Amino acid sequence: MNTAVASLAHATNVFGTPAREAHSLLRFLTCGSVDDGKSTLIGRLLYECGAVFDDQLGALGADSKKFGTQGAELDFALLVDGLSAEREQGITIDVAYRYFATPRRSFIVADTPGHEQYTRNMATGASTADLAILLVDARKGLLVQTRRHAFIASMLRVRHIVLAVNKMDIVDFDKGVFDRIVRDFEAVSRTLGFTSITAIPVSAKDGDNVARRSSRAPWYHGLSLLEHLETINVGARQADGAGFAMPVQWVNRPDLDFRGFAGTISSGRIHPGDEVRILPRGQRSRVARIVTYDGDLADASAGQAPVLTLMDEIDVSRGDVLVGATSRIASGSTITAQVFWTVEPPLRAGQRYVFKLAALEAQAEIAVLRHAIDVNSYESVPAETLAMNGFGVVTIRLDKPAVFADYADSKELGAFILIDRFNNDTVAIGLVDSQAARLETADVANKNVQWRLWAERKIGVAGTEQRAKFLSRASTDAASAIPLTAAVYVASGSILAGFIVTAIDLALRPIIRAYGSSAVRRWRGRREDVNADGGGI
Amino acid sequence: MNTPSHLQRLEAESIHIMRETVATSERPVMLYSIGKDSSVLLHLALKAFYPGKLPFPLLHVDTTWKFREMIEFRDATAKRLGVDLIVHKNEEGVKAGIGPFTSGSRLHTDVMKTEGLKQALDKHKFDAAFGGARRDEEKSRAKERVFSIRTAQHRWDPKSQRPEPWRLYNTRKRPGESFRVFPLSNWTEADVWDYIALEDIPVVPLYFAARRPVVERDGALIMRDDARMELRPSERVENRMVRFRTLGCYPLTGAVESEAATLDAVIAEMSSSRVSERQGRIIDHDGSASMELKKQEGYF
Repeated sequence: MNTAVASLAHATNVFGTPAREAHSLLRFLTCGSVDDGKSTLIGRLLYECGAVFDDQLGALGADSKKFGTQGAELDFALLVDGLSAEREQGITIDVAYRYFATPRRSFIVADTPGHEQYTRNMATGASTADLAILLVDARKGLLVQTRRHAFIASMLRVRHIVLAVNKMDIVDFDKGVFDRIVRDFEAVSRTLGFTSITAIPVSAKDGDNVARRSSRAPWYHGLSLLEHLETINVGARQADGAGFAMPVQWVNRPDLDFRGFAGTISSGRIHPGDEVRILPRGQRSRVARIVTYDGDLADASAGQAPVLTLMDEIDVSRGDVLVGATSRIASGSTITAQVFWTVEPPLRAGQRYVFKLAALEAQAEIAVLRHAIDVNSYESVPAETLAMNGFGVVTIRLDKPAVFADYADSKELGAFILIDRFNNDTVAIGLVDSQAARLETADVANKNVQWRLWAERKIGVAGTEQRAKFLSRASTDAASAIPLTAAVYVASGSILAGFIVTAIDLALRPIIRAYGSSAVRRWRGRREDVNADGGGI
Repeated sequence: MNTPSHLQRLEAESIHIMRETVATSERPVMLYSIGKDSSVLLHLALKAFYPGKLPFPLLHVDTTWKFREMIEFRDATAKRLGVDLIVHKNEEGVKAGIGPFTSGSRLHTDVMKTEGLKQALDKHKFDAAFGGARRDEEKSRAKERVFSIRTAQHRWDPKSQRPEPWRLYNTRKRPGESFRVFPLSNWTEADVWDYIALEDIPVVPLYFAARRPVVERDGALIMRDDARMELRPSERVENRMVRFRTLGCYPLTGAVESEAATLDAVIAEMSSSRVSERQGRIIDHDGSASMELKKQEGYF
């Protein structure tokens, strides 16, 4: 304990009191395989930055003796593994968020589990991160879970990677070991589109190259991990080119004279007087006021959460999206997306879920499971189902139009979750990707697959409502065609005439059906696409 | 174009969470514990629903052992802002004579806080309750979701928490289930103080150093707030310059010796402190996982 307190005092001198103004914020996560030392690394970072208080260190000393895996030394992982199940088993189950600051930056770090079983918690941590520290055990090199986490980070558009080659103390800081792992990762990550990859040899247990550069790896000339985290420029979190968009979260209507639309601006900038469209219906109006508790604003931009009032009396409700007049953001009820499946019961085409994107909730049906993605080879593979922790590309059909964009263009309008209708579990994390289907058509050389996809578009996927309707139509047609042919044959004495009349009849039916159903709708006095809330249940 | 500061980002996130709760629940309520986090939470709520009034009441679970200054501050705040305040006491516990001195801290907290809270939530059928808990306070809180679902018996199951990616909160629940919602999840103690200074938010004066009557007991400085605290033979009351980092029941909240009588001095003192905020909370130290157990039983 004494040595710990002494080195803490040193750490406080190094970093001093954080200057809290003008701070930028970096959100990152640690990921990698089981036992690669993620929690130990975060514990070490917190400790070196003076974010571990003396009473917590006292508790850590006691816990290290009881649960620790480091013999007589402090087990830094116990600082972050907060649940008793985690401490007993010595593993991380759930994502934990930790907070620390240096004079240069504030940090929010998500410590995520390495076990495959808990991959969904890693994906959760990655969804809000600017950077990922991917740990690799120097003795083991890249493992399946390392590749999986690299892929998830890439999919969720975490643009910056630190490849932290840990436990370098055990391999005597061998440069050859480090170089080989770095080469392996370069090969793996070639298609993953990271903006930066920085490899650092570390020992989380001993602190080498964590906060301070280590003398034990003289061949390494780069920054320590903390120096890198403090200085890396991760750029703007959101491309601003998308123009103004604000999902309406809540309608603020305190009295008859005020009606405002509250939400968090997801992109762009707005001023009073600007023209806006309200999607999905597309009405136009102008912004009258930008109302906040601190007074009306002359403008507001991405990340702010004001209340907007409009110049016209327009029906706007939660789930609608206000966009700039020239915005290309569109709406629709069919969405192609990548999904990450998070529960035991598998995903299958035809299943129905609750869909939530920004402030919109809708009923959704998985229309097509296009393919799964192998997390090892990153290749598309045909699949009938997606198991827990599986990735795939699906087409989803909604019971009402949603306003969405590609995840690559908007994290707010491109991300969604699927929820089980019965037990309310979150079953999937989804990313809108309109390119996924197009790429696939170009990729798939096999004509049979293309034929199948075409057929599925026309007649629906097995098990869906569309297919059921098609089958019932086909059987009605077949059942009526036989007696018609027979009747014409009997009447005219010519089997050929029978076939011709039947063929004309079948050809005319879709026209009659289309006319007939629209006539029925007119008669009922409502349009099919204005099925009100809850219509899908 | 200037990028929003760290505090502006936190403020917008909290406002977003509060509006999401109100838009998706039937009967929301704000747990108001009178402390600095509650003060910030209340201030953020005023911002989130402006120009409307708060679309929910405040609920204070009164254990009958709070500092008198806290109760005065509570009533003055409710009056000043014109908000609807519900005060709930566990009358069964009061009748049974439960208190920190006679029953011990564990039983007192179970009955007067946890039981009292559950009674009040059931009585008013609240289906979403805001709390001011932060993830940086304690290890098991670091693992808690922003929208934390509770069973009809108010239990928290840390092993089956729903994933909560981006800002997409799964707000669906079955009848009887409820949410505890934590808009300050991503705030730190330092953020809370910086925000109080920036926005000029009133807090209970006990956070600032003053001469107060304290007794040294079991290694903690306990303020003798009323005559219910009987002195042990060797004890005597001293007037010392002290302040509090957190506020709870007075017999269970240790003071720290301090000269920090202003907000700036408190912030300066805190940033050089070497002990954690909850160190003065006696109930946290009933075993290393005791907060997790209390939370499973329905404590915030």
